[in-house]
Amino acid sequence: MEKTSHIASNVVAVQMTDIVKKFGNFVANDHINLTVNKGEVHAILGENGAGKSTLMNVLYGLYKPTSGSISIFGSPVHIENPRHAIELGIGMVHQHFMLVEPFTVTENIILGMEPTKGMTVDIKSARQQVLELSERYGMHVDPDAKIEDISVGMQQRVEILKVLYRGANILILDEPTASLTPQEIEELINIIHNLTADGKTVLLITHKLKEIKAAADRCTIIRQGKYIDTVDVEAVSEHDLASMMVGRDVQFVVDKQPIEPGEVIIDVQNIHCKDYRGVEVLKGLNLQVRRGEIVGLAGVDGNGQTELVEILTGLRKGEAGKVIIGGKDLFNADAHTLFDKGVSSIPADRQKHGLILDYSVAYNLVLQNHDLPPFSKRGILKKDAIYKHAAELTDKFDIRGAEDGVKEVGKLSGGNQQKVIIAREVTNDKDLLIAVNPTRGLDVGAIEFVHRYIVEQRNKNKAVLLVSFELDEIMSLSDRIEVIYNGKIVGSVPGDQADEKVLGLMMAGGSKHETKEQSEQKDKPKYS
Amino acid sequence: MKQKNNQNKKTNRNIVKNVTQGLLHQNALYTVIAIFFGFLVGGIFLWSAGFSPFEAYAKLFNSVFSRPKYLIWSVIYATPLMFTGLSVAFSYKMGVFNIGAEGQYVVGSLAALCVGILLDAPPILHVLLCMLAAIAAGMVWSLLVAILRVRFGINEVLSFIMFNWIAFYLSNYVINTEVIHKVGGGEASKDIRQSARILLPQSVLNILKNDKANYGIFLAIIAAIAIWFILTKTTLGYRVQAVGLNPHAAKYGGINSNKTMYIAMSLSGALAALGGAIQLMGNSMRISQFAGQEGFGFQGITVALIASSHPIGCIFAGLFYGAMKYGGSKLNLIDAPTEVVDIIMGTIVLFIAISHVFRYIITRRQKKKEDN
Repeated sequence: MEKTSHIASNVVAVQMTDIVKKFGNFVANDHINLTVNKGEVHAILGENGAGKSTLMNVLYGLYKPTSGSISIFGSPVHIENPRHAIELGIGMVHQHFMLVEPFTVTENIILGMEPTKGMTVDIKSARQQVLELSERYGMHVDPDAKIEDISVGMQQRVEILKVLYRGANILILDEPTASLTPQEIEELINIIHNLTADGKTVLLITHKLKEIKAAADRCTIIRQGKYIDTVDVEAVSEHDLASMMVGRDVQFVVDKQPIEPGEVIIDVQNIHCKDYRGVEVLKGLNLQVRRGEIVGLAGVDGNGQTELVEILTGLRKGEAGKVIIGGKDLFNADAHTLFDKGVSSIPADRQKHGLILDYSVAYNLVLQNHDLPPFSKRGILKKDAIYKHAAELTDKFDIRGAEDGVKEVGKLSGGNQQKVIIAREVTNDKDLLIAVNPTRGLDVGAIEFVHRYIVEQRNKNKAVLLVSFELDEIMSLSDRIEVIYNGKIVGSVPGDQADEKVLGLMMAGGSKHETKEQSEQKDKPKYS
Repeated sequence: MKQKNNQNKKTNRNIVKNVTQGLLHQNALYTVIAIFFGFLVGGIFLWSAGFSPFEAYAKLFNSVFSRPKYLIWSVIYATPLMFTGLSVAFSYKMGVFNIGAEGQYVVGSLAALCVGILLDAPPILHVLLCMLAAIAAGMVWSLLVAILRVRFGINEVLSFIMFNWIAFYLSNYVINTEVIHKVGGGEASKDIRQSARILLPQSVLNILKNDKANYGIFLAIIAAIAIWFILTKTTLGYRVQAVGLNPHAAKYGGINSNKTMYIAMSLSGALAALGGAIQLMGNSMRISQFAGQEGFGFQGITVALIASSHPIGCIFAGLFYGAMKYGGSKLNLIDAPTEVVDIIMGTIVLFIAISHVFRYIITRRQKKKEDN
C-alpha cells in the first residue's frame, strides 16, 4: 500500500454519471451524478427513501443500475457484485454489523481470506497485520478481544478494519453513528480523518447534519431519487443542508414554553430485574416523572433501559420494586392494567411491538381500544366507527398512503408506520407517555413531526418519559435528564443546563465531576 | 403536468399489469394448479399400475355426478370434513396448528354416542343434548392441550398427537363396555336411539333415494358462516388474529393472549367434535372398534389448506374432498385401487404447501421482466 499524504487531491476516485435505478415503476435513482475526489470525505445526504442507500448499493455492486455509468479512478467499470467491488478497492461498512460474536477481533477480520501457513491459519501474522492497521489509523483495537466483550464503537472499528484488510481505498460508511455515544462519534470522526490523511476516500451515508459539518469535506444531497446539489460543507450551514434535503424550510428549535411540573404521575422505586441469562440488569433504579415535564432517560444501549420500559409497559416481570401510579403499586401489572391506569407508550421496536403489520391501519389504530365503545358493542366490532376514526387520524396526523385506513400498515413507509403509532398513543390521551427511540430511522421531516407531538403532550400537562440513544434528541426535548448506567440512575441534570460532554461521561459510567483528562486516560489501550 | 399526461398514458397498461399481478398473488390460482398436479401425479400412478387414468377418472367423475343420489352421498361424506376443516382453519388463524382435530373428532362422536344410547329423551332435545355433550368433550380435549402449552410450555403439536391416541384407545375401551357394546354386534357399539338421529324426514329420504341424507350439511354451513362472522366482525376475531399475526404486538396492546388462546382452542375443539357427532348421528349411527385412526381430523387439515384457512372456503374444499372420497370408494368397481384418491389428495397438499415456491418463481420472473 503506497502512502499518499494529501487530503482531497484532484484525482477523481469515484465518478457516477446519470445513474438511474428503477424497481418496477418506482424510480429510486433518477439521473444521479456523483463525483468523489481521492482523499476526501464525501457525505451523501438525504431523507429515508431518498435513494442514497440505493446509490451506494449500486456502487458496491449489490444492484445493477438501469442506466448510467461508473468509473473508478478514471477507468470505466461494470460492477457485477460486491466481490468485484472489493477487487476494485471499494469497501462498505453496513449499519448492522456482521461479526461473529464468540470470535476474536483478528478472527473476524480475516474471516473468508485467512492467511495460511501450510495447512494451518497463520493467525500470528494476521494478528500483527491487524495491529498495524489499527495503529496506523488510531483505532486502538485489541486484536485478541472477543467481539461479544467489546463496545459497539469498537465493533464498528473492527468492521472498518475488515474492509481495510481487504485492501479498500474507497470506504462506504452506512449511517455509521446510529448507535454510538457522543465520545465514540468524536473518535470515529478522528479515525475518518486519519483515513483520508492516508489517501483513502470515504463516502458517508447519513441524515445527521451535525456530523456532516464535523466530518465531511463535500456533501451531495439527494431528494426523492433526484440529484439536488453538491456543496462544500464549509460554505453552508446545517439549516441550509436541512432545507435542501427536505425541500422546504425546517424548524429545528422545538417550541417549548416553560411549565412548572405538577404532581408525580409515576414513581418508580428501587426496581430490580434480571435478564434472561439471570444477570441483574436493573439494580435498584429510582425514577419519578411529573405532570407537565419531559424526563429524558439518557444512556448507552444495554444499561437497563429496555428492561425498565418493558416493566413499565407490562411486557416483563421484575424481581422487586414498586411502580406507583395514581396512588397504587402497579409493579408487575400486565399491559392491559397499565394502559388502563394511564400508561401509553411508543415502543422501541415498532414492527415487533407497536404494529400488527398484516392488519389495516384502521385496525392498528384501535389496538388497545377495539373492545371499547364506540369501536365495538357487546363483542361486535363497529367497523363504521373504526374506519371513521382512522380517516380522522390519518388526516390529522398526515399518515400517507393509508387510503383512509384500509391499507395494511406493513405497506406504509417506516415514517408513516411510526405516525400510526404516535397517532394512536397520543389520541389515547393517557397521563403518561413513554417514548422509546421515537425517531429511530426517521428522516428530518418525520422527526420534526414526532418531536412536535411529544412536546404537545407535555404542554397538555401530561407526563412524558423519553428514552433515547440520540443524545441530541434527549437534550433538545427534555426538561430534566436522568442518566442511566449499569442498571441505576447515576445522575440528574436540568434540561437547559445539559452539556453533551458531561452527559457523555456519565453515560460511560463516570460521575458528573470527573474531568476530561481522567476519562481520556481511562480510554487508553491496555495492550501493545 | 407533463408527468400527469405520461401517467395517463401508462394507466391502461398498469391496470392490466395490476390485474395479472393480483391474480399471481391469489391463493386460489395456486390451489387450482395444485389440484391439477394432484390429478396428474395420481394419473401417473394409475398408469404405471396398469390402469387407464382416463377410465379411472371418468369413473370417479361419474360416481359423483351421474345421479342426484350420488351427489347427496358426496355431501354426506363431506359434512364431517367441513367441520374438521373449520376447526383446523380457525385455530390456524391464531397461529396454532390443530393436528389434534382427529382426537377431538373422536371424543366428540364418543360423547354423542354415550348420550345417544344411554339417555332417553324426546327427539329434538335428545339431538341437542348429544351435540352439547360432543361440544363439551371436544372443548375439554383441546383446552387441556392449550393449558399444557400456556402453563407448562409444552409444544402443542406433541400433546395434540398424544391426545389423538388417548382418544383412540378411550373410544375402543368405551365401545367395549357392557352398556355400550352391542351384544352379538361384533366389534361395534349399539346404535344410537332414533330420537338422537338427524336424518331428514322419511318422505324426503324416499324422494332422494338416499337413506342417510341428514341435516348435517346445514349445520356445517351455519358453522362456517358463524366462524366467518367471528373472525371478521367480532372483537374475539380481532384478538385471535392479532395473536396469530403478531403475538408481541398483541401483548403490548394489552390483549390477554392466554385467555384468547383458551377461548379459540375451545372453539376449535368444539368444531371438530361436532363433526364427529354429526357423522355419528347422521350417517354411521354407531362406532366400530378402530383398527387405525380414521383420519377425519387429518383430512380436515387438507380441507383447511385447500381453503387457505377461509371458513367459507372450507365448505367448498370439504365438498371437494367428500366427493373425492365417495367417488374414490367406487374405483374398485373397475379394479383400480381406491388409494389413488389418497395419492391425489396428498399431492395436492404437497403442492399447496410448496405453492410459495411457484409464487416465488413466477413473481420473480415477472419482476425480472420489469427490471429489464
